[in-house]
Amino acid sequence: MPIGKFMMSGAGSRCAACRYLRRRCSKDCIFSPHFPSSNPQRFAYVHKIYGASNVAKMLQRVSEFERSHAADSLHLEAKCRVEDPVYGCVGLISRLQRQIHNLESEIAMTRALVMMYESSLDRRKGSANGH
Amino acid sequence: MGGNSPCASCKLLRRRCAKDCIFAPYFPSDDPHRFAIVHKVFGASNVSKMLQELPIHQRADAVNSLVYEANARVRDPVYGCVGAISYLQNQVAQLQMQLAVAQAEILCIQVQQEPMILPSQPPQPAATATGIMDEKSGFGGLLHNNVLPAQYLNFASSSNVTTTHVDSLKRESFLGHDMVS
Repeated sequence: MPIGKFMMSGAGSRCAACRYLRRRCSKDCIFSPHFPSSNPQRFAYVHKIYGASNVAKMLQRVSEFERSHAADSLHLEAKCRVEDPVYGCVGLISRLQRQIHNLESEIAMTRALVMMYESSLDRRKGSANGH
Repeated sequence: MGGNSPCASCKLLRRRCAKDCIFAPYFPSDDPHRFAIVHKVFGASNVSKMLQELPIHQRADAVNSLVYEANARVRDPVYGCVGAISYLQNQVAQLQMQLAVAQAEILCIQVQQEPMILPSQPPQPAATATGIMDEKSGFGGLLHNNVLPAQYLNFASSSNVTTTHVDSLKRESFLGHDMVS
């Protein structure tokens, strides 16, 4: 079998995307650097949520240097959406925003308490000095 | 929906808007951009499949979150929502440090005061403030201890993230209500 038929991505096998799509993995396959055959679930997630052609378009839209980050974030978002079909990763954003709001309130309360303690301490020092 | 007028999705897809069109309740014809952006990122057929898998009472929230994600992805084609998540997690970490510092100040002051007024234990952080970090969520297997992998933690210093997506996060709290049960 001519070895040139398949993309030499690592071990000479097709990438996960081309395996999933049951097609030839070309030398310049846009998926192969980011969806290795060792992790088929990674492509399965993005394919389920975005579809292969949309993923390809989104990767083509960014520079080669940024594609690995784009692929990673697409995978993260797709996985979040599979695990939470209603809110996806937006649910996490919402929870983080609430957490920030709660923390800011608690910091304000704690600092108010610090001021109260400090003024109480000052009063005690003042009365100890005979004022 | 809307009499005989096709919904935004059917207009874009140039097809007849059926009476039971799955898109019609969520993509009214007066907001064509909403469907356009979701279609651009996810594709109409994928959105349709996702909605079909959900009970009707959850579909509106699902569509709103898809629109949000699609907007985020168009604004930031590299990181999408993940950039915002990273930024928020960094913010949480900073605020937790500030809280710890403030609580330590209280402890110091209490030590300086008379022993009789020392409380039996220092003030505890509110459960809601820190508890969420231990909360098991659907992201537990993905986000170790609810923190993104290290390569995403530098987003906060990226001007691309802070000036594009984050400003919109500050303007909008998602959906304006506590949609996440």
